[in-house]
Amino acid sequence: MALLQIAEPGQSDAPHQRRLAVGIDLGTTNSLVAAVRSGSAGILPDSEGRRSVPSVVHYAQGEAPLVGHAAEASTGDSRSTIRSAKRLMGKGAADLADSWLARHYEFDSASGSLPAFVTRDGNKTSVDVSAAILQTLKQTAEETLGGELAGAVVTVPAYFDDAQRQATKDAASLAGLQVLRLLNEPTAAAVAYGLDNEDGGTVAIYDLGGGTFDISLLKMQQGIFEVLATAGNTALGGDDMDNAIVQWLMGQAGIDSLIDPQLESDTKTYARSLKEALSSSSTVSVEWDDRNGNQVKTELTREMFDSLVAPLVAATLKPCRQVLRDADVERDDVTAVVMVGGSTRVPLVRDQVSEFFGQPVLTSIDPDEVVAIGAAIQADVLAGNKPDSDLLLLDVTPLSLGLEIMGGLVEKVIPRNTTIPIARGQEFTTYKDGQTAMALHVVQGERELVDDCRSLARFELKGIPSRVAGAARIQVLFQVDADGLLTVSALERESGVVASVDVKPSYGLSDGEIETMLRESMDHASEDMQKRALQEQKVEAARVLEAIEAALQSDGDEHLSVDERASIDSLVDGLRNVVDSSSDREVIKQAVQTLEKGSSEYVERRMNASVRQMMSGQGLDDIDSAVGKAKHEACSSDT
Amino acid sequence: MGVTFTDSAARHIKSFLAKRGKGVGLRLAVRTTGCSGLAYVLEFADEVAANDEVFENNDVTVIIDKKSLVYLDGTELDYTKEGLNEGFKFNNPNVKDECGCGESFTI
Repeated sequence: MALLQIAEPGQSDAPHQRRLAVGIDLGTTNSLVAAVRSGSAGILPDSEGRRSVPSVVHYAQGEAPLVGHAAEASTGDSRSTIRSAKRLMGKGAADLADSWLARHYEFDSASGSLPAFVTRDGNKTSVDVSAAILQTLKQTAEETLGGELAGAVVTVPAYFDDAQRQATKDAASLAGLQVLRLLNEPTAAAVAYGLDNEDGGTVAIYDLGGGTFDISLLKMQQGIFEVLATAGNTALGGDDMDNAIVQWLMGQAGIDSLIDPQLESDTKTYARSLKEALSSSSTVSVEWDDRNGNQVKTELTREMFDSLVAPLVAATLKPCRQVLRDADVERDDVTAVVMVGGSTRVPLVRDQVSEFFGQPVLTSIDPDEVVAIGAAIQADVLAGNKPDSDLLLLDVTPLSLGLEIMGGLVEKVIPRNTTIPIARGQEFTTYKDGQTAMALHVVQGERELVDDCRSLARFELKGIPSRVAGAARIQVLFQVDADGLLTVSALERESGVVASVDVKPSYGLSDGEIETMLRESMDHASEDMQKRALQEQKVEAARVLEAIEAALQSDGDEHLSVDERASIDSLVDGLRNVVDSSSDREVIKQAVQTLEKGSSEYVERRMNASVRQMMSGQGLDDIDSAVGKAKHEACSSDT
Repeated sequence: MGVTFTDSAARHIKSFLAKRGKGVGLRLAVRTTGCSGLAYVLEFADEVAANDEVFENNDVTVIIDKKSLVYLDGTELDYTKEGLNEGFKFNNPNVKDECGCGESFTI
């Protein structure tokens, strides 16, 4: 007969109507599935008793993909063994440049906008790879729970943007999994520790996983979880520690490169084992060779390891400061610090984070499992297996969402770190007489210029009644649902015409729109300021160029000798070249000054001529304004 | 009479009760439902009602309402594994017939 679990009072399911739900931590390095059974949440191990599945998929021609341990064990083509695919979720070809993935795999970015791994079994996107992993977890769960899953809560880094969240949902549906909810990883970790029971506390979740780092501040109030702020680094994690050891090994062997991808992969695995050993012992012996006659036989102490990874650990503390600043929380006000992710087993990490927050960190739940367990608890609630549960999780928008306005600037409609779900409207108007259509460009990011933000969608509102500029009233509504997905609609109030767009952002955005992103938005303040200044200097240069050229065209030959004209022309060309080629605003500024100086004689002659012309037959009263007009013509940008 | 637990069932029940950290015991019951008439109820109990019988069994407080007791009397509750799946199983001598999956039964 079917095996039963103990239910909460009054929550027993009717036969054949059990709603089985699991929590899934879809990680960069490892993935886990957990469920609540008989009131307690636990990891669901596979048939071999292994508690996590490596996020690795191997594709062999014409065969079903091998997932997890089987993929790791496969000796086939290493370029068909895909690791760390999560790093590419929702990313375009432009994001590939310089990444670890680009050096280890062959990509096909031509077919469609989504870059695909070229494997022996054809092209596979990161969504395909994630779906294969999810399918394996689903199968384990269904065998363990004895029935079909009603749904799953899948966790994502707090940093994931809309495209990355949507890609995760797509992977789940490809795997035949109904997503009850995407949950931010730090929120799941806090749920796992039951910190929702500690009213009024502020909790920091420090999550250093295989490939990503997240720091989040959560506040618990009357059983409600609110994410106050999140920050982090999408390209920092245990993988980087492994790479630091690999670099060290290569240094010890006196070599610059490894002979093939297989050796790189094996060396990385070896580096990881050294790192893990150093979490419990203070010294490990190292034996390695590069299969090319170079051997390393030595010892690695924890001290040496600490110095290798110290810069990485230090890099995690900067975002820690930032969330405190963003949320306006003092370090002393943080009541608990939860450690998440296997890399938090590294003693240096625990020590540094304890020191930073001035308190011991929470590590009692396995840091690799805590997120999946929290997700399982949330899944159990969402599947309706808990009575009057008041566990309501509020997440935040990771980046600001806004619209492009005149001048290529961004009007932020929903600021970063706004709790979701949220709907927020803003009124816009037309800028030209008789304008009957409006193009809306939805962007995401913290930067001031549209070009520096990520373009999410474009749509048009047509059929606006023809009015003078500024008369039409267009209400634009931004709505973000509980999964962090955005819908934007525009309504013209008088006629009632509506247009809207669901932002299921295409993963591979065109034209390098993806250049900016998460991390950049964090520590770009000073660079942004310089960029803006450069932009302003270029605008100024363009204005001067336009004015002088307009002047030259109208009366240059009249006031200038051939030599003088050539000299000014060359200064104009010089400035134009500098504007095109230089990103140094001082250089541009100097070129502008040189041109202004070189043409000052000419400008003076023009003004004098202009004044003479005006004066003929006119009274003195008119002279001042005539001089003013001449000046205006000489340097105005709208001539 | 009442119900008995196997060692494995008793161990798991105690562990689950301890993890939950509240409540007065374990409630067993049957209710009319399912494809062949009756179905088992296995729940944590937060209170004892007027019609309940309370037993102590292997240090576990077991609560069964009087109506259900008729159907459950003599039942042994086991905790077992079938492949990856694991959970509780009722070995009920009163059952005459059960549906294919065993989730519901008739007396």
